[in-house]
Amino acid sequence: MLTESLVVSAILFGIGVFGVLVRRNAIVIFMCIEVMLNAVNLSFVALAQQLGRDGQVVVFFVMAVAAAEAAVGLAIMIAIYRHRASVNVNQINLLKG
Amino acid sequence: MTVVAVESIWLVVLVPFLGFLANGALSFTRPTATRLIGGVGVGATALSFLLTLGVVAAFDPAGHEPVVVTLWTWMGVGRLSVDLAFQVDQLAIVMLLVVTGVGTLIHIFSVGYMREDPGYARYFAYLNLFVGFMLILVLGASFPVMFVGWEGVGLCSYLLIGFWFSDKANADAGKKAFLMNRIGDFGFLVAMFLIYQATGSLSFVRVFEAAPQAFVAGGRLITLVTLALFLGCTGKSAQIPLYTWLPDAMAGPTPVSALIHAATMVTAGVYLVARTNVLFAMAPVSSFVVAGIGAATALFAATIALKQWDIKKVLAYSTVSQLGYMFLGVGVGAYAAGVFHLVTHAFFKALLFLGAGSVIHALHHAYHHTDAAADPQDLRNMGGLRRAMPWTAAVMWIATLAIAGIPGFSGFFSKDEILASTFARGHEAGAFYVLWGAGALAALLTAFYMTRMMLYAFHGPNRTGEAEGARVHEAPWVMTGPLVVLALGSLTAGALNLPAILPGAGWLHHWLEPVTELGAQYVPEAHLAAATEWTLLAFATLIALAGIVGAVVFLKPARLVRAADAVPEVGLQRLLLRKWYVDELYDATVVRPLVWLSDRVFWRFVDQGVIDGAGVNGSASIARAVGWIGARFQTGQLGTYVFVFVIGAWLILRAVVR
Repeated sequence: MLTESLVVSAILFGIGVFGVLVRRNAIVIFMCIEVMLNAVNLSFVALAQQLGRDGQVVVFFVMAVAAAEAAVGLAIMIAIYRHRASVNVNQINLLKG
Repeated sequence: MTVVAVESIWLVVLVPFLGFLANGALSFTRPTATRLIGGVGVGATALSFLLTLGVVAAFDPAGHEPVVVTLWTWMGVGRLSVDLAFQVDQLAIVMLLVVTGVGTLIHIFSVGYMREDPGYARYFAYLNLFVGFMLILVLGASFPVMFVGWEGVGLCSYLLIGFWFSDKANADAGKKAFLMNRIGDFGFLVAMFLIYQATGSLSFVRVFEAAPQAFVAGGRLITLVTLALFLGCTGKSAQIPLYTWLPDAMAGPTPVSALIHAATMVTAGVYLVARTNVLFAMAPVSSFVVAGIGAATALFAATIALKQWDIKKVLAYSTVSQLGYMFLGVGVGAYAAGVFHLVTHAFFKALLFLGAGSVIHALHHAYHHTDAAADPQDLRNMGGLRRAMPWTAAVMWIATLAIAGIPGFSGFFSKDEILASTFARGHEAGAFYVLWGAGALAALLTAFYMTRMMLYAFHGPNRTGEAEGARVHEAPWVMTGPLVVLALGSLTAGALNLPAILPGAGWLHHWLEPVTELGAQYVPEAHLAAATEWTLLAFATLIALAGIVGAVVFLKPARLVRAADAVPEVGLQRLLLRKWYVDELYDATVVRPLVWLSDRVFWRFVDQGVIDGAGVNGSASIARAVGWIGARFQTGQLGTYVFVFVIGAWLILRAVVR
């Protein structure tokens, strides 16, 4: 059971990374990050079965952080969209050196 | 009855500093309140003098131990502990009376002399500050406290030489004085380090107690210590090789020349040698160097004074020469004689300078009135002034006779005692006869050049100019008053220490014994037979008369022409007028190489090249280059960042997880 859970977790994480790497839409990238977070959550829960409940506690923290991040991130994106009428990250490159 | 306890000696020091603060504040708030400013300036010094008199009255002259008044611990670091402490003893009292007494008279004179100067308050503030620091120098109970005063008077000297700093020559003269004094101060510092290393203390009482055990008499260490101390003296007291600042210091107001550059500060070196007499007495080589330099300076400066036209320059070289006498005295172990000459010199040289100031004051006003550009200090522009300024002429003649060494006047006794003490050491080494000869020759020259100055300034026809000559007038009483008091001092100060063959002899000598007896263990007092002493006295008188008569016979004031019409001198006269080209020599060998080194090496190469170029601009270039490289990675493309981040995370994980 543990192995399966971890494999699923790894696949989910890989999908997340792939999405962040290839997609240009900021909202999609954002969703991919959520996928990665949840992949990690899954591995925490799976391992908690074997190593005690601490892992489950961490999951709550991750969820809380993810929620906060979603609130701030989406707010930023709305602000950017209002400004530039686009959330394509290729066009958001003002911070180059 | 004692009004002031010896322990309140700190009041004597405090009062001038308060005067400085008050006048310093007035110079900003009410610079035109001349009555108030003069009152504060004179009052502070006079009060200090009165307090000194009180302390002297309370002082027990029979006590052989100095009274040390400790105020607080100045610095305590490890084994080193220096107190802010004042030491009252017989020597300090003599100096105290000279500094505050003559200082007060010069302050009074300044009230008249500086009346129309816009920097009136600043002047009195500096003058009071000087008196305060001079008192610290005299009263300091340890080398560091004395050094504070030593540096402080140097600062005031600098400030007052460059008092009219808007003229660059004056500012340069101040700078020169300060820098040459720094060379001497280096010696003083080295001596302090060595003394502390050898004795573990810096307070006078302890050092002098420990000296016989800490040093080997005649050894290398004590010789080094005393030579380093003497280097400090040559700077402060204008001896060869560091004397050239003193004649330039005449750029300051004339009362300043009288107070700082004749009566008090420049004698600090003599005071230092007399104070540390036990150290010098233990180092016969150093003592001989002191005496030799003193005699050489006395003679050398006297030759230059022969041909100077600036009345203050004559007096400046005369001061250098007389300081040489004092060092000759303390160098041959006649510490009391050196201090005696210091006292008498303070009277007659302050008088001469103030008299010269009175003359310059009168001529300056006369020339100012007619808008003439002539130099009011040039002897060639004077002549016949005794008719317009009888008081000044009379008192200056008294001072001239005193410095020339006419019997009865103060300078005769002090100069004779120094020469006699030198002569008495002659049986130890023939070289002392050479020193005596140099001193005697310098005495002849002194009598000559002083008479020359008087003849050219006060006798013969007037060369001031038709319109100006009529305007020359005697100074106001506030200036002539101090002159008369100083003249009385010049007349009578000799009674302090009459020669051994006269009744009531050697009062100052006995008074100073508690201080000088430490050194006397090593340099036994040399006594002369009464017949020899009479012969020397007669010889000294003869020399003085010869100088005066020679000047009267050979010099023709009537043939002198005004400075503007004068023909340039040639030969030896030119050599003397140009001061043996010593300034030019120093300029070529020290100043210009140093300026070249500073300009080309230290400024252009080290500062501009290495520090500005490689250091400041170089580090900026490096930072900019690194920043440029780092900026290339900041593409602004989120994809790139994520890609690099993923690769990085993957690499780290691979390294951590096996």
